[in-house]
Amino acid sequence: MANLADARGNGPAPTLTTADGKPLREALAKAERHARNRAFFLVLPLLLFILITFVAPIAQMLHRSVHNPAFSDNMPNLVAWFEENPEGISPDEGGWDALAQDLILARENKTAGLVGTRVNYELSGTRSLFTKGARNARKLEPPYREAILDLDEDWADPALWQVMRGASSAYTFNFYYAAVDKTLDQDGNIVDVDENRKVYVKLFTRTLILSLLITFLTFILAYPIAHLLATLPLRYSNLLMIFVLLPFWTSLLVRTTAWIVLLQSQGVVNDSLVATGIIDDESRIQMIYNQTGTIIAMTHILLPFMVLPLYSVMRPINPSYVRAARSLGATSWTAFRRIYFPQTIPGIGAGALLVFILAVGYYITPALVGGSDGQLISNLIAFHMTNSLNWSMAAALATILLTGILLLYWLYDRLVGIDNLKLG
Amino acid sequence: MLKSTLLLTTGLTGLAMAAKADITVMSWGGSYAVSQVEAYHKPFTAETGIGVNSVDADNPATPIKAQVEAGNVTIDVADVEYSDAIRLCDEGLLEELDTSMLPPAPDGTPAEEDFIEGALTDCAVANIVWSTIYAYNTENVEGTPTTMADFFDLETFPGKRGLRKTAKANLEMALIADGVPAEEVYDLLETDEGVDQAFAKLETIKDDVVWWEAGAQPPQLLADGEVVMSTAYNGRIFNAAVAEDQPLEVVWDGQILDFDLFVIPKGAPNLEEAKQFIAFSTDTERLAAQASWISYGPARLSSGPLVGLYSDGETEMAPHMPTAEANLSNALVNDFEFWADRDTDLNERFNAWLAN
Repeated sequence: MANLADARGNGPAPTLTTADGKPLREALAKAERHARNRAFFLVLPLLLFILITFVAPIAQMLHRSVHNPAFSDNMPNLVAWFEENPEGISPDEGGWDALAQDLILARENKTAGLVGTRVNYELSGTRSLFTKGARNARKLEPPYREAILDLDEDWADPALWQVMRGASSAYTFNFYYAAVDKTLDQDGNIVDVDENRKVYVKLFTRTLILSLLITFLTFILAYPIAHLLATLPLRYSNLLMIFVLLPFWTSLLVRTTAWIVLLQSQGVVNDSLVATGIIDDESRIQMIYNQTGTIIAMTHILLPFMVLPLYSVMRPINPSYVRAARSLGATSWTAFRRIYFPQTIPGIGAGALLVFILAVGYYITPALVGGSDGQLISNLIAFHMTNSLNWSMAAALATILLTGILLLYWLYDRLVGIDNLKLG
Repeated sequence: MLKSTLLLTTGLTGLAMAAKADITVMSWGGSYAVSQVEAYHKPFTAETGIGVNSVDADNPATPIKAQVEAGNVTIDVADVEYSDAIRLCDEGLLEELDTSMLPPAPDGTPAEEDFIEGALTDCAVANIVWSTIYAYNTENVEGTPTTMADFFDLETFPGKRGLRKTAKANLEMALIADGVPAEEVYDLLETDEGVDQAFAKLETIKDDVVWWEAGAQPPQLLADGEVVMSTAYNGRIFNAAVAEDQPLEVVWDGQILDFDLFVIPKGAPNLEEAKQFIAFSTDTERLAAQASWISYGPARLSSGPLVGLYSDGETEMAPHMPTAEANLSNALVNDFEFWADRDTDLNERFNAWLAN
């Protein structure tokens, strides 16, 4: 104590030391550094796991949305010609020469399909130009312009040369234009695609609206259930909890197929309605293979993600608060609105965020029960991943979706505050 | 303790060694996969001792690109449609196959001449000729639909229709139903007006369509009464009708013929065994044997005369084959080049049309 008074008072402050004589500040810093390192090493495996299995693949996928080297890697002569000749120039002898050389190269390396597919993404029907051209490349002789046009007149199409020029750079934004129903015309202007090809903007909008609707429906359904779970005596609430958890533990596919069995036009629900005479056999209700099917099945499947966070915030709410409000003269509605409801907001936020984010990316359920108008954007991403094999397009769509979700997350943070979230 | 651990590890290693020699064949599932297991896989294992894992996909062509690009190929042999075989081969995703590895016909005709024209390509060997037809449930349809136009006729034959969720085959059938002769269908589809016409025809039944994706779905949808008519792969309907006694009837008018071909993805883990499997499975006898399990035509000419009865021992297979004379009166052969070229484009339009 005397020491300390000295330190505050006069003279230079003596350094505080530990028992073995080291300066306290250093010893403390060392201990903290040690603890930090240990903590870091403890999370290191998880960090590596997330980096390798999550961050890296996503980054690679995002890269694909602007990077497609199928043309630029395999057609070196044309790439060089495009670099030397500015936009707007029609192909001269050098251009045709480069094309012929590249077709011969494509034949040797068996890359004509790759190149053709890349160009075909933007100009349909051109794939076979390249495969045919490569197949006959051996027969090409100067003058190349005539020789190539002899193979197929379509090679003279200015639109084709415009697309090839675009593809000659591995980096392109064209997939993003396509992902919002835009395309480049021959002069390089961004224009709308044909009316009968517009699909992506519509699906993004539908995905957003349906996800919001499903989030809202799960909230309406889950709130009373969670309240019951939190307030009933334990033996009833446990049973109820099992009813919530049992579907949660059941495979997604089983639950989706169960809905098909229930809702199809020869299904349980329609059969019962017909049997009881509520509707006649001719006018069975179409409840599945359309948007209704998607909404019903997804609401059911995502319900536990709303119930559980709500339950976890409702459980610790002290019932005496509401009683106190009532005893001070509040109606039951006021007591609920002013006292009970505000305490459950962290759970609502968590549940809504969980359900919404899961719904936006949902894929299997809409694919199985969505028919034609219940499809979501994820179904088209899957289509481009597995059917058309246009991974750049899938990546562009996925990037837009991811950005949209991050934006909503940011908005949520600004409006409600992410600290206010309680997941369980 | 040590001893049992030793025994266990030895056992596991033994298992791993045995598993290593197995090859994986990806096919279309359902009764079609069953026919291949019976006709190809079991005899192959019996003869060579190499086990065969059969795995299913809605379309085995789709996982190949992902696997090859990721450098993690798990399939040794895949069974794909013609246009996919051409497309994947052009993109360098398949191993090239030397046709000299294929055995000649029993009478000595070399394989190149024994296979139907077009059945052998640089990367693929055909095993069957199949077709997309439409079928109906006789209990739910009043009258007898006989033409492709009847499929699109909701007035005479009311009820839901099943269609495969893709542009391929649907566009052709729509045009045939609109009265376009089979030989002009692809010329017309090359033009924008032709595509518009096909979509306009599909539009007339769009509200009543249930879309299917896996080949096993149409017989199920028909049997459940969920649809009254559906397009389907002809063999699936045959099996449901004959083996499971469902009241299903095939309409051959406007059928679209296609090959299914065996391919080997580039970098397949057991390349030699895979080649051995393809050579074994596509010999005259085995191709004919498959036709006794499902009504798809063998891709070898010499197999034709060997096709006899269905595996139940009483049903004659010949009239159920897509290649039977009576069934070919208004048939269309799938134009693989058209679809290799336009698949992406037309499916994009198809998706846009579906979503609207």
